[in-house]
Amino acid sequence: MLPQSQIGAGFSDPVFQSQAAFRALLAALSEPGTRQVMTSPVTPPQGLEAATAIALLALADYETPIWLTPALRDGPAGAWLRFHCGATLIENPADAAFAVIDGATDAPLLSTFSIGTDQFPDRSTTVIVQCAGLEGGRSVTLSGPGIADTRLVAPDGLRSGFWAEVAANAELYPLGVDLVLSHGNTIIGLPRSTQIASPEHASPEMLETY
Amino acid sequence: MMTAQTILSPHPEEPRSGVSKDAPARSETSFETKPPASPQDEGCGETKPAYNYAYLDEQTKRMIRRALLKAVAVPGYQVPFGSREMPLARGWGTGGIQITAAIIGPDDTLKVIDQGADDTTNAVSIRRFFQQTAAVKTTEATDEATIIQTRHRIPEAPLNPGQIMVYQVPMPEPLRKLEPREAETRKMHAWAEYGLMQVKLYENIARFGEVTTTYDYPVLVNGRYIMAPSPIPKFDNPKMHMSPSLQLFGAGREKRIYALPPHTSVKSLDFDDHPFRIQSWTEPCGLCGAGDSYLDEVITDDHGGRMFVCSDSHHCETRRGQGHRGAMLADASALHLVEETKP
Repeated sequence: MLPQSQIGAGFSDPVFQSQAAFRALLAALSEPGTRQVMTSPVTPPQGLEAATAIALLALADYETPIWLTPALRDGPAGAWLRFHCGATLIENPADAAFAVIDGATDAPLLSTFSIGTDQFPDRSTTVIVQCAGLEGGRSVTLSGPGIADTRLVAPDGLRSGFWAEVAANAELYPLGVDLVLSHGNTIIGLPRSTQIASPEHASPEMLETY
Repeated sequence: MMTAQTILSPHPEEPRSGVSKDAPARSETSFETKPPASPQDEGCGETKPAYNYAYLDEQTKRMIRRALLKAVAVPGYQVPFGSREMPLARGWGTGGIQITAAIIGPDDTLKVIDQGADDTTNAVSIRRFFQQTAAVKTTEATDEATIIQTRHRIPEAPLNPGQIMVYQVPMPEPLRKLEPREAETRKMHAWAEYGLMQVKLYENIARFGEVTTTYDYPVLVNGRYIMAPSPIPKFDNPKMHMSPSLQLFGAGREKRIYALPPHTSVKSLDFDDHPFRIQSWTEPCGLCGAGDSYLDEVITDDHGGRMFVCSDSHHCETRRGQGHRGAMLADASALHLVEETKP
Protein backbone atom coordinates (compact mmCIF):
# COMPACT_ATOMS: atom_id res chain seq x y z
CA MET A 1 0.00 0.00 0.00
CA LEU A 2 1.35 3.37 -0.96
CA PRO A 3 1.50 6.22 1.49
CA GLN A 4 -1.19 8.79 1.00
CA SER A 5 1.32 11.42 -0.06
CA GLN A 6 1.84 9.49 -3.28
CA ILE A 7 -1.84 9.50 -4.20
CA GLY A 8 -2.60 12.34 -6.59
CA ALA A 9 -5.60 14.64 -6.39
CA GLY A 10 -9.03 13.72 -7.74
CA PHE A 11 -11.73 16.19 -8.77
CA SER A 12 -11.16 19.72 -7.50
CA ASP A 13 -14.92 20.40 -7.72
CA PRO A 14 -16.61 16.98 -7.44
CA VAL A 15 -20.22 18.06 -7.92
CA PHE A 16 -19.83 19.88 -11.21
CA GLN A 17 -16.91 17.92 -12.61
CA SER A 18 -18.66 14.60 -12.09
CA GLN A 19 -21.81 16.06 -13.63
CA ALA A 20 -19.86 17.18 -16.71
CA ALA A 21 -18.11 13.82 -16.92
CA PHE A 22 -21.42 12.00 -16.67
CA ARG A 23 -22.95 14.08 -19.46
CA ALA A 24 -19.99 13.18 -21.68
CA LEU A 25 -20.50 9.50 -20.85
CA LEU A 26 -24.25 9.78 -21.43
CA ALA A 27 -23.65 11.39 -24.82
CA ALA A 28 -21.01 8.78 -25.69
CA LEU A 29 -23.25 5.80 -24.90
CA SER A 30 -26.43 7.30 -26.33
CA GLU A 31 -24.67 8.26 -29.57
CA PRO A 32 -22.21 5.42 -30.08
CA GLY A 33 -19.12 6.24 -32.08
CA THR A 34 -19.07 9.98 -31.36
CA ARG A 35 -15.97 11.29 -29.65
CA GLN A 36 -16.75 13.00 -26.34
CA VAL A 37 -14.22 15.07 -24.45
CA MET A 38 -13.84 14.97 -20.66
CA THR A 39 -12.67 18.47 -19.88
CA SER A 40 -12.00 18.23 -16.14
CA PRO A 41 -8.33 18.80 -15.31
CA VAL A 42 -7.49 15.59 -13.48
CA THR A 43 -3.98 14.20 -13.37
CA PRO A 44 -4.55 10.46 -13.68
CA PRO A 45 -2.43 7.94 -11.80
CA GLN A 46 0.15 6.00 -13.76
CA GLY A 47 -1.47 3.46 -16.07
CA LEU A 48 -4.86 5.17 -16.42
CA GLU A 49 -5.83 7.48 -19.25
CA ALA A 50 -7.24 10.80 -18.04
CA ALA A 51 -10.68 9.93 -19.44
CA THR A 52 -10.61 6.55 -17.68
CA ALA A 53 -9.76 8.20 -14.38
CA ILE A 54 -12.46 10.86 -14.79
CA ALA A 55 -15.11 8.31 -15.74
CA LEU A 56 -14.36 6.18 -12.69
CA LEU A 57 -14.27 9.20 -10.39
CA ALA A 58 -17.70 10.17 -11.69
CA LEU A 59 -19.33 6.75 -11.54
CA ALA A 60 -17.55 4.38 -9.16
CA ASP A 61 -18.08 4.11 -5.42
CA TYR A 62 -18.41 1.47 -2.71
CA GLU A 63 -21.31 -0.13 -4.62
CA THR A 64 -19.28 -0.86 -7.74
CA PRO A 65 -16.47 -3.44 -7.70
CA ILE A 66 -13.74 -2.54 -10.18
CA TRP A 67 -11.53 -5.01 -12.03
CA LEU A 68 -8.04 -3.84 -12.97
CA THR A 69 -5.12 -5.75 -14.43
CA PRO A 70 -2.95 -7.06 -11.57
CA ALA A 71 -0.20 -4.58 -12.46
CA LEU A 72 -2.60 -1.63 -12.20
CA ARG A 73 -4.35 -2.99 -9.15
CA ASP A 74 -1.14 -3.28 -7.13
CA GLY A 75 0.24 0.02 -8.43
CA PRO A 76 -0.64 3.67 -7.95
CA ALA A 77 -3.85 3.34 -9.99
CA GLY A 78 -5.29 0.86 -7.52
CA ALA A 79 -4.39 3.00 -4.53
CA TRP A 80 -5.80 6.08 -6.25
CA LEU A 81 -9.15 4.40 -7.00
CA ARG A 82 -9.42 2.92 -3.53
CA PHE A 83 -8.79 6.31 -1.99
CA HIS A 84 -10.96 8.51 -4.21
CA CYS A 85 -13.84 6.16 -5.05
CA GLY A 86 -13.83 3.84 -2.07
CA ALA A 87 -14.36 1.06 -4.57
CA THR A 88 -13.43 -2.58 -4.02
CA LEU A 89 -10.79 -3.84 -6.44
CA ILE A 90 -11.63 -7.42 -7.26
CA GLU A 91 -9.87 -10.34 -8.92
CA ASN A 92 -12.78 -12.09 -10.60
CA PRO A 93 -13.67 -10.15 -13.78
CA ALA A 94 -17.19 -11.62 -13.86
CA ASP A 95 -18.06 -9.79 -10.61
CA ALA A 96 -16.99 -6.36 -11.81
CA ALA A 97 -19.29 -3.41 -12.37
CA PHE A 98 -16.45 -1.57 -14.09
CA ALA A 99 -13.27 -2.90 -15.63
CA VAL A 100 -10.27 -1.23 -17.20
CA ILE A 101 -8.38 -3.16 -19.86
CA ASP A 102 -5.61 -2.34 -22.29
CA GLY A 103 -6.97 -2.70 -25.80
CA ALA A 104 -3.64 -3.89 -27.17
CA THR A 105 -3.06 -6.87 -24.91
CA ASP A 106 -4.53 -10.30 -25.67
CA ALA A 107 -6.14 -10.84 -22.26
CA PRO A 108 -8.62 -10.60 -20.75
CA LEU A 109 -11.22 -11.25 -23.43
CA LEU A 110 -14.44 -9.26 -23.30
CA SER A 111 -16.30 -12.54 -22.75
CA THR A 112 -14.70 -12.96 -19.31
CA PHE A 113 -16.76 -10.06 -17.96
CA SER A 114 -20.35 -10.19 -16.79
CA ILE A 115 -22.97 -9.96 -19.52
CA GLY A 116 -25.88 -9.62 -17.09
CA THR A 117 -28.75 -12.05 -16.78
CA ASP A 118 -31.78 -12.37 -19.02
CA GLN A 119 -33.99 -10.87 -16.32
CA PHE A 120 -31.44 -8.21 -15.31
CA PRO A 121 -29.36 -7.31 -18.36
CA ASP A 122 -28.32 -4.09 -16.58
CA ARG A 123 -26.10 -6.09 -14.23
CA SER A 124 -23.31 -6.34 -16.77
CA THR A 125 -19.80 -4.96 -16.67
CA THR A 126 -18.96 -1.62 -18.23
CA VAL A 127 -15.52 -2.19 -19.71
CA ILE A 128 -13.24 0.79 -20.27
CA VAL A 129 -10.83 -0.09 -23.07
CA GLN A 130 -7.73 2.08 -23.09
CA CYS A 131 -6.29 2.35 -26.57
CA ALA A 132 -3.42 4.06 -28.35
CA GLY A 133 -5.69 6.48 -30.19
CA LEU A 134 -9.32 7.10 -31.09
CA GLU A 135 -8.60 7.81 -34.74
CA GLY A 136 -6.14 6.73 -37.35
CA GLY A 137 -6.75 3.02 -36.93
CA ARG A 138 -8.66 0.70 -39.20
CA SER A 139 -12.17 2.02 -39.69
CA VAL A 140 -15.24 0.09 -38.65
CA THR A 141 -18.85 0.88 -39.47
CA LEU A 142 -21.34 1.10 -36.62
CA SER A 143 -25.12 1.05 -36.74
CA GLY A 144 -27.94 0.70 -34.24
CA PRO A 145 -29.73 2.87 -31.66
CA GLY A 146 -28.17 6.31 -31.32
CA ILE A 147 -26.87 6.27 -34.90
CA ALA A 148 -29.00 7.88 -37.60
CA ASP A 149 -27.64 5.79 -40.45
CA THR A 150 -24.14 4.47 -39.98
CA ARG A 151 -21.10 5.95 -38.29
CA LEU A 152 -17.40 5.24 -38.84
CA VAL A 153 -14.94 4.85 -36.00
CA ALA A 154 -11.23 4.11 -36.33
CA PRO A 155 -9.64 3.64 -32.93
CA ASP A 156 -6.00 2.69 -33.03
CA GLY A 157 -3.90 0.12 -31.25
CA LEU A 158 -6.53 -2.56 -30.58
CA ARG A 159 -5.64 -6.24 -30.48
CA SER A 160 -6.39 -8.41 -33.50
CA GLY A 161 -9.76 -10.01 -33.08
CA PHE A 162 -11.07 -7.14 -30.95
CA TRP A 163 -13.83 -6.22 -33.39
CA ALA A 164 -14.86 -9.84 -33.71
CA GLU A 165 -15.27 -9.87 -29.93
CA VAL A 166 -17.34 -6.68 -30.09
CA ALA A 167 -19.50 -8.16 -32.86
CA ALA A 168 -19.98 -11.35 -30.81
CA ASN A 169 -20.92 -9.20 -27.81
CA ALA A 170 -23.54 -7.38 -29.89
CA GLU A 171 -24.97 -10.77 -30.88
CA LEU A 172 -25.86 -11.35 -27.22
CA TYR A 173 -28.17 -8.31 -27.14
CA PRO A 174 -29.96 -7.49 -24.84
CA LEU A 175 -27.18 -9.06 -22.79
CA GLY A 176 -23.54 -8.11 -23.17
CA VAL A 177 -20.90 -5.77 -21.84
CA ASP A 178 -20.90 -2.04 -22.64
CA LEU A 179 -17.63 -0.59 -23.85
CA VAL A 180 -16.08 2.83 -23.43
CA LEU A 181 -12.93 3.36 -25.49
CA SER A 182 -10.66 5.91 -23.89
CA HIS A 183 -7.54 7.75 -24.89
CA GLY A 184 -6.24 10.96 -23.37
CA ASN A 185 -9.28 12.93 -22.29
CA THR A 186 -11.55 11.56 -25.03
CA ILE A 187 -13.98 8.65 -25.05
CA ILE A 188 -16.07 6.72 -27.54
CA GLY A 189 -19.03 4.71 -26.31
CA LEU A 190 -19.85 1.29 -27.75
CA PRO A 191 -22.92 -0.08 -25.96
CA ARG A 192 -24.04 -3.65 -26.60
CA SER A 193 -26.86 -2.37 -28.83
CA THR A 194 -24.37 -1.20 -31.49
CA GLN A 195 -23.91 -3.46 -34.49
CA ILE A 196 -20.44 -3.77 -36.02
CA ALA A 197 -19.66 -4.08 -39.71
CA SER A 198 -16.40 -3.44 -41.48
CA PRO A 199 -16.48 -1.00 -44.42
CA GLU A 200 -16.52 -3.96 -46.79
CA HIS A 201 -19.42 -5.55 -44.86
CA ALA A 202 -17.14 -8.37 -43.91
CA SER A 203 -18.43 -11.66 -42.61
CA PRO A 204 -17.57 -12.65 -39.04
CA GLU A 205 -14.78 -14.86 -40.41
CA MET A 206 -13.21 -11.87 -42.10
CA LEU A 207 -13.60 -9.82 -38.94
CA GLU A 208 -11.59 -12.50 -37.19
CA THR A 209 -8.51 -11.34 -39.09
CA TYR A 210 -8.70 -7.78 -37.75
CA MET B 1 -47.82 39.02 13.84
CA MET B 2 -47.27 36.41 16.52
CA THR B 3 -50.44 37.49 18.29
CA ALA B 4 -52.50 37.18 15.14
CA GLN B 5 -51.03 33.78 14.47
CA THR B 6 -51.79 32.54 17.95
CA ILE B 7 -55.37 33.70 17.70
CA LEU B 8 -55.92 32.33 14.20
CA SER B 9 -54.23 29.02 14.75
CA PRO B 10 -56.69 26.20 15.41
CA HIS B 11 -54.03 24.38 17.39
CA PRO B 12 -52.42 26.96 19.62
CA GLU B 13 -50.61 24.22 21.49
CA GLU B 14 -48.58 23.49 18.39
CA PRO B 15 -47.14 26.78 17.31
CA ARG B 16 -45.11 26.12 14.17
CA SER B 17 -42.78 28.92 13.47
CA GLY B 18 -42.45 30.13 9.95
CA VAL B 19 -44.84 27.74 8.23
CA SER B 20 -48.16 29.43 8.83
CA LYS B 21 -49.94 30.82 5.81
CA ASP B 22 -49.36 34.37 6.90
CA ALA B 23 -45.70 33.82 7.52
CA PRO B 24 -43.45 36.24 5.67
CA ALA B 25 -42.64 35.41 2.07
CA ARG B 26 -39.83 32.95 1.67
CA SER B 27 -36.49 34.22 0.60
CA GLU B 28 -34.39 33.03 -2.33
CA THR B 29 -33.32 29.70 -0.90
CA SER B 30 -36.18 27.30 -0.82
CA PHE B 31 -36.70 25.70 2.51
CA GLU B 32 -38.20 27.18 5.56
CA THR B 33 -35.48 26.31 8.03
CA LYS B 34 -32.27 28.03 7.19
CA PRO B 35 -29.34 26.41 8.93
CA PRO B 36 -26.71 28.50 10.62
CA ALA B 37 -23.85 29.29 8.30
CA SER B 38 -21.86 26.12 7.77
CA PRO B 39 -18.11 26.02 7.15
CA GLN B 40 -18.46 25.94 3.35
CA ASP B 41 -20.29 29.27 3.47
CA GLU B 42 -17.27 31.11 4.75
CA GLY B 43 -16.38 34.26 2.93
CA CYS B 44 -19.59 34.78 1.01
CA GLY B 45 -22.33 37.03 2.21
CA GLU B 46 -25.36 35.04 1.10
CA THR B 47 -26.27 31.79 2.79
CA LYS B 48 -26.09 28.71 0.65
CA PRO B 49 -28.82 26.11 0.96
CA ALA B 50 -28.18 23.19 3.25
CA TYR B 51 -28.59 20.57 0.52
CA ASN B 52 -26.33 19.54 -2.31
CA TYR B 53 -26.52 21.05 -5.81
CA ALA B 54 -29.74 19.87 -7.51
CA TYR B 55 -31.03 18.54 -4.19
CA LEU B 56 -29.80 14.93 -4.45
CA ASP B 57 -26.60 13.86 -2.72
CA GLU B 58 -23.69 12.73 -4.87
CA GLN B 59 -24.00 9.07 -3.95
CA THR B 60 -27.62 9.04 -5.14
CA LYS B 61 -26.70 10.87 -8.33
CA ARG B 62 -23.98 8.32 -9.11
CA MET B 63 -26.46 5.49 -8.62
CA ILE B 64 -29.00 7.15 -10.92
CA ARG B 65 -26.30 7.98 -13.47
CA ARG B 66 -25.13 4.36 -13.60
CA ALA B 67 -28.73 3.25 -14.09
CA LEU B 68 -29.15 5.81 -16.88
CA LEU B 69 -26.04 4.57 -18.72
CA LYS B 70 -27.33 0.99 -18.60
CA ALA B 71 -30.76 2.21 -19.68
CA VAL B 72 -29.40 3.86 -22.86
CA ALA B 73 -27.35 0.72 -23.59
CA VAL B 74 -30.52 -1.44 -23.55
CA PRO B 75 -33.24 0.81 -24.98
CA GLY B 76 -36.68 0.14 -23.52
CA TYR B 77 -35.46 -2.12 -20.69
CA GLN B 78 -36.55 -0.91 -17.23
CA VAL B 79 -33.51 -0.57 -14.97
CA PRO B 80 -34.34 -0.80 -11.24
CA PHE B 81 -32.97 2.07 -9.16
CA GLY B 82 -33.10 3.24 -5.58
CA SER B 83 -35.75 5.91 -5.81
CA ARG B 84 -35.37 8.53 -3.08
CA GLU B 85 -37.84 10.46 -1.02
CA MET B 86 -38.30 13.86 -2.66
CA PRO B 87 -39.89 17.02 -1.28
CA LEU B 88 -42.93 16.20 -3.38
CA ALA B 89 -45.46 13.42 -3.16
CA ARG B 90 -44.85 10.30 -5.22
CA GLY B 91 -47.03 10.50 -8.27
CA TRP B 92 -46.13 14.15 -8.79
CA GLY B 93 -43.15 13.42 -10.96
CA THR B 94 -40.51 12.27 -8.52
CA GLY B 95 -38.98 9.89 -11.07
CA GLY B 96 -38.57 12.64 -13.64
CA ILE B 97 -37.27 15.03 -11.00
CA GLN B 98 -34.64 12.55 -9.86
CA ILE B 99 -33.44 12.01 -13.42
CA THR B 100 -33.32 15.74 -14.07
CA ALA B 101 -31.44 16.27 -10.80
CA ALA B 102 -28.89 13.63 -11.80
CA ILE B 103 -28.21 15.07 -15.26
CA ILE B 104 -28.65 18.82 -14.80
CA GLY B 105 -25.74 21.24 -14.66
CA PRO B 106 -25.33 25.00 -14.46
CA ASP B 107 -25.10 25.29 -18.27
CA ASP B 108 -28.49 23.72 -18.85
CA THR B 109 -31.75 25.44 -19.68
CA LEU B 110 -34.79 23.67 -18.30
CA LYS B 111 -38.33 23.59 -19.62
CA VAL B 112 -41.04 21.79 -17.67
CA ILE B 113 -44.45 20.98 -19.10
CA ASP B 114 -47.49 19.29 -17.65
CA GLN B 115 -50.23 18.24 -20.09
CA GLY B 116 -48.41 20.35 -22.67
CA ALA B 117 -48.68 23.56 -20.67
CA ASP B 118 -45.85 25.49 -19.04
CA ASP B 119 -48.08 27.29 -16.57
CA THR B 120 -49.82 24.47 -14.71
CA THR B 121 -49.20 23.86 -11.01
CA ASN B 122 -46.93 20.86 -11.33
CA ALA B 123 -44.84 22.42 -14.10
CA VAL B 124 -44.44 25.70 -12.20
CA SER B 125 -43.47 23.91 -8.98
CA ILE B 126 -40.88 21.67 -10.62
CA ARG B 127 -39.40 24.57 -12.59
CA ARG B 128 -39.09 26.60 -9.41
CA PHE B 129 -37.63 23.62 -7.57
CA PHE B 130 -34.72 23.49 -10.01
CA GLN B 131 -34.35 27.26 -10.13
CA GLN B 132 -33.83 27.18 -6.39
CA THR B 133 -31.81 24.00 -5.97
CA ALA B 134 -29.76 23.97 -9.18
CA ALA B 135 -29.67 27.67 -10.16
CA VAL B 136 -30.41 26.85 -13.80
CA LYS B 137 -31.98 29.01 -16.46
CA THR B 138 -35.55 28.04 -17.20
CA THR B 139 -37.54 28.71 -20.31
CA GLU B 140 -40.90 28.09 -21.90
CA ALA B 141 -39.46 27.99 -25.43
CA THR B 142 -39.02 24.45 -26.66
CA ASP B 143 -36.07 25.26 -28.92
CA GLU B 144 -34.12 27.06 -26.18
CA ALA B 145 -34.28 24.21 -23.69
CA THR B 146 -31.51 21.63 -23.25
CA ILE B 147 -33.59 19.53 -20.85
CA ILE B 148 -37.37 19.25 -21.19
CA GLN B 149 -39.11 17.52 -18.32
CA THR B 150 -42.58 16.49 -19.28
CA ARG B 151 -45.71 14.85 -18.12
CA HIS B 152 -48.26 13.65 -20.68
CA ARG B 153 -46.97 15.41 -23.80
CA ILE B 154 -44.11 15.74 -26.26
CA PRO B 155 -43.87 19.34 -27.51
CA GLU B 156 -45.31 20.02 -30.96
CA ALA B 157 -42.17 21.81 -32.15
CA PRO B 158 -39.65 19.29 -33.51
CA LEU B 159 -36.93 18.39 -31.02
CA ASN B 160 -33.29 19.02 -31.81
CA PRO B 161 -30.18 16.88 -31.45
CA GLY B 162 -28.62 17.45 -28.05
CA GLN B 163 -31.91 18.09 -26.30
CA ILE B 164 -32.87 15.64 -23.55
CA MET B 165 -36.49 14.76 -22.86
CA VAL B 166 -37.22 13.58 -19.31
CA TYR B 167 -40.57 11.84 -18.85
CA GLN B 168 -42.39 11.45 -15.55
CA VAL B 169 -43.81 7.93 -15.63
CA PRO B 170 -46.50 6.70 -13.23
CA MET B 171 -46.55 3.07 -14.43
CA PRO B 172 -43.43 1.92 -16.27
CA GLU B 173 -44.55 -1.67 -16.78
CA PRO B 174 -46.71 -1.97 -19.92
CA LEU B 175 -47.72 -5.52 -19.00
CA ARG B 176 -48.79 -4.74 -15.43
CA LYS B 177 -52.52 -4.60 -16.12
CA LEU B 178 -52.28 -7.94 -17.87
CA GLU B 179 -50.01 -9.64 -15.32
CA PRO B 180 -49.81 -8.20 -11.82
CA ARG B 181 -46.79 -10.22 -10.66
CA GLU B 182 -43.44 -8.50 -11.14
CA ALA B 183 -41.63 -11.86 -11.19
CA GLU B 184 -43.76 -12.89 -14.17
CA THR B 185 -43.55 -9.65 -16.17
CA ARG B 186 -39.79 -9.72 -15.70
CA LYS B 187 -39.69 -13.18 -17.30
CA MET B 188 -41.99 -12.03 -20.09
CA HIS B 189 -39.57 -9.21 -20.90
CA ALA B 190 -36.56 -11.50 -20.53
CA TRP B 191 -37.91 -13.98 -23.05
CA ALA B 192 -39.79 -11.44 -25.20
CA GLU B 193 -43.05 -13.25 -24.54
CA TYR B 194 -45.35 -10.50 -25.64
CA GLY B 195 -48.26 -12.53 -27.00
CA LEU B 196 -50.48 -11.38 -24.13
CA MET B 197 -50.21 -7.76 -25.25
CA GLN B 198 -51.16 -8.67 -28.81
CA VAL B 199 -54.15 -10.63 -27.46
CA LYS B 200 -55.25 -7.59 -25.47
CA LEU B 201 -55.12 -5.38 -28.56
CA TYR B 202 -56.89 -8.08 -30.58
CA GLU B 203 -59.70 -8.33 -28.01
CA ASN B 204 -60.12 -4.56 -28.24
CA ILE B 205 -60.57 -4.85 -31.98
CA ALA B 206 -62.89 -7.85 -31.69
CA ARG B 207 -65.10 -6.04 -29.20
CA PHE B 208 -64.98 -2.41 -30.34
CA GLY B 209 -63.71 -2.58 -33.89
CA GLU B 210 -60.52 -0.69 -33.06
CA VAL B 211 -57.80 -0.46 -30.44
CA THR B 212 -59.33 1.70 -27.73
CA THR B 213 -56.07 2.59 -25.95
CA THR B 214 -55.58 6.31 -26.51
CA TYR B 215 -52.72 7.12 -24.16
CA ASP B 216 -49.75 5.11 -22.85
CA TYR B 217 -50.09 3.13 -26.08
CA PRO B 218 -47.53 0.28 -25.94
CA VAL B 219 -44.52 0.46 -28.25
CA LEU B 220 -41.84 -1.99 -29.33
CA VAL B 221 -38.37 -0.50 -28.91
CA ASN B 222 -35.44 -1.47 -31.14
CA GLY B 223 -37.32 -4.61 -32.10
CA ARG B 224 -36.86 -6.11 -28.64
CA TYR B 225 -38.59 -4.62 -25.59
CA ILE B 226 -42.21 -3.57 -25.21
CA MET B 227 -42.21 -0.24 -23.42
CA ALA B 228 -44.79 2.04 -21.86
CA PRO B 229 -44.28 5.45 -23.45
CA SER B 230 -45.65 7.10 -20.26
CA PRO B 231 -49.17 8.55 -20.42
CA ILE B 232 -48.60 10.61 -23.54
CA PRO B 233 -51.48 10.49 -26.01
CA LYS B 234 -50.90 8.03 -28.83
CA PHE B 235 -50.84 11.17 -30.98
CA ASP B 236 -47.27 11.67 -29.70
CA ASN B 237 -46.04 8.10 -30.25
CA PRO B 238 -44.77 8.73 -33.79
CA LYS B 239 -42.60 11.58 -32.46
CA MET B 240 -40.59 9.06 -30.43
CA HIS B 241 -39.63 7.03 -33.48
CA MET B 242 -36.11 7.97 -34.65
CA SER B 243 -36.28 11.17 -32.60
CA PRO B 244 -33.02 13.15 -32.78
CA SER B 245 -33.10 13.81 -29.04
CA LEU B 246 -32.30 11.54 -26.12
CA GLN B 247 -35.37 10.45 -24.14
CA LEU B 248 -35.14 9.37 -20.50
CA PHE B 249 -38.01 7.94 -18.43
CA GLY B 250 -38.20 7.94 -14.65
CA ALA B 251 -40.79 6.23 -12.47
CA GLY B 252 -40.20 7.29 -8.86
CA ARG B 253 -42.85 5.26 -7.10
CA GLU B 254 -42.16 2.14 -9.18
CA LYS B 255 -38.37 2.70 -9.00
CA ARG B 256 -37.58 2.19 -12.66
CA ILE B 257 -35.53 4.11 -15.21
CA TYR B 258 -35.55 3.48 -18.93
CA ALA B 259 -34.34 5.31 -21.97
CA LEU B 260 -34.47 5.78 -25.72
CA PRO B 261 -31.23 6.92 -27.35
CA PRO B 262 -31.62 9.23 -30.36
CA HIS B 263 -32.50 7.53 -33.66
CA THR B 264 -34.02 4.46 -32.06
CA SER B 265 -36.82 2.51 -33.67
CA VAL B 266 -40.06 2.90 -31.69
CA LYS B 267 -43.00 1.04 -33.22
CA SER B 268 -46.52 1.35 -31.88
CA LEU B 269 -48.02 -2.14 -31.71
CA ASP B 270 -50.68 -2.87 -34.30
CA PHE B 271 -51.91 -5.44 -36.80
CA ASP B 272 -51.48 -5.49 -40.58
CA ASP B 273 -55.23 -5.12 -41.10
CA HIS B 274 -55.64 -2.64 -38.24
CA PRO B 275 -52.69 -0.27 -38.58
CA PHE B 276 -51.85 2.17 -35.79
CA ARG B 277 -53.66 5.50 -36.14
CA ILE B 278 -53.33 8.73 -34.17
CA GLN B 279 -56.19 10.91 -32.98
CA SER B 280 -57.64 13.57 -35.28
CA TRP B 281 -60.08 16.41 -34.73
CA THR B 282 -62.82 17.84 -36.90
CA GLU B 283 -61.96 21.45 -36.14
CA PRO B 284 -58.67 23.31 -35.72
CA CYS B 285 -57.40 25.07 -32.58
CA GLY B 286 -59.83 27.85 -31.59
CA LEU B 287 -57.01 30.24 -30.68
CA CYS B 288 -54.27 29.73 -33.25
CA GLY B 289 -56.03 27.74 -35.97
CA ALA B 290 -53.49 24.90 -35.94
CA GLY B 291 -54.88 21.83 -37.65
CA ASP B 292 -51.97 19.53 -36.89
CA SER B 293 -51.52 19.78 -33.12
CA TYR B 294 -52.99 17.85 -30.19
CA LEU B 295 -56.13 19.63 -28.99
CA ASP B 296 -57.78 19.83 -25.58
CA GLU B 297 -61.52 20.28 -25.35
CA VAL B 298 -62.41 23.23 -23.13
CA ILE B 299 -65.96 23.76 -21.85
CA THR B 300 -66.75 27.46 -22.14
CA ASP B 301 -70.24 27.76 -20.62
CA ASP B 302 -73.04 25.64 -19.21
CA HIS B 303 -75.07 25.63 -22.44
CA GLY B 304 -72.89 23.10 -24.26
CA GLY B 305 -70.45 25.67 -25.55
CA ARG B 306 -66.92 24.34 -26.06
CA MET B 307 -63.75 25.02 -27.91
CA PHE B 308 -60.68 23.07 -28.88
CA VAL B 309 -57.28 24.55 -28.09
CA CYS B 310 -53.71 23.36 -28.48
CA SER B 311 -52.53 21.45 -25.43
CA ASP B 312 -48.99 22.72 -26.08
CA SER B 313 -49.35 26.25 -24.71
CA HIS B 314 -46.00 27.48 -26.00
CA HIS B 315 -46.71 26.19 -29.51
CA CYS B 316 -50.06 27.98 -29.49
CA GLU B 317 -48.53 31.25 -28.27
CA THR B 318 -45.77 31.04 -30.86
CA ARG B 319 -48.29 30.56 -33.64
CA ARG B 320 -50.45 33.45 -32.42
CA GLY B 321 -47.31 35.57 -32.30
CA GLN B 322 -46.72 34.67 -35.93
CA GLY B 323 -50.17 36.01 -36.79
CA HIS B 324 -52.16 32.78 -36.96
CA ARG B 325 -55.68 33.42 -35.73
CA GLY B 326 -58.26 30.87 -34.70
CA ALA B 327 -62.01 31.38 -34.93
CA MET B 328 -62.45 32.07 -31.21
CA LEU B 329 -59.35 34.15 -30.56
CA ALA B 330 -61.20 37.47 -30.68
CA ASP B 331 -63.78 36.28 -28.11
CA ALA B 332 -61.12 34.86 -25.80
CA SER B 333 -59.10 38.04 -26.12
CA ALA B 334 -62.10 40.24 -25.35
CA LEU B 335 -62.63 38.28 -22.15
CA HIS B 336 -58.91 38.71 -21.30
CA LEU B 337 -58.47 34.93 -21.25
CA VAL B 338 -55.49 35.22 -23.57
CA GLU B 339 -53.35 38.11 -24.62
CA GLU B 340 -53.66 38.72 -28.31
CA THR B 341 -50.08 39.14 -29.42
CA LYS B 342 -49.57 41.35 -32.42
CA PRO B 343 -47.25 39.92 -35.04
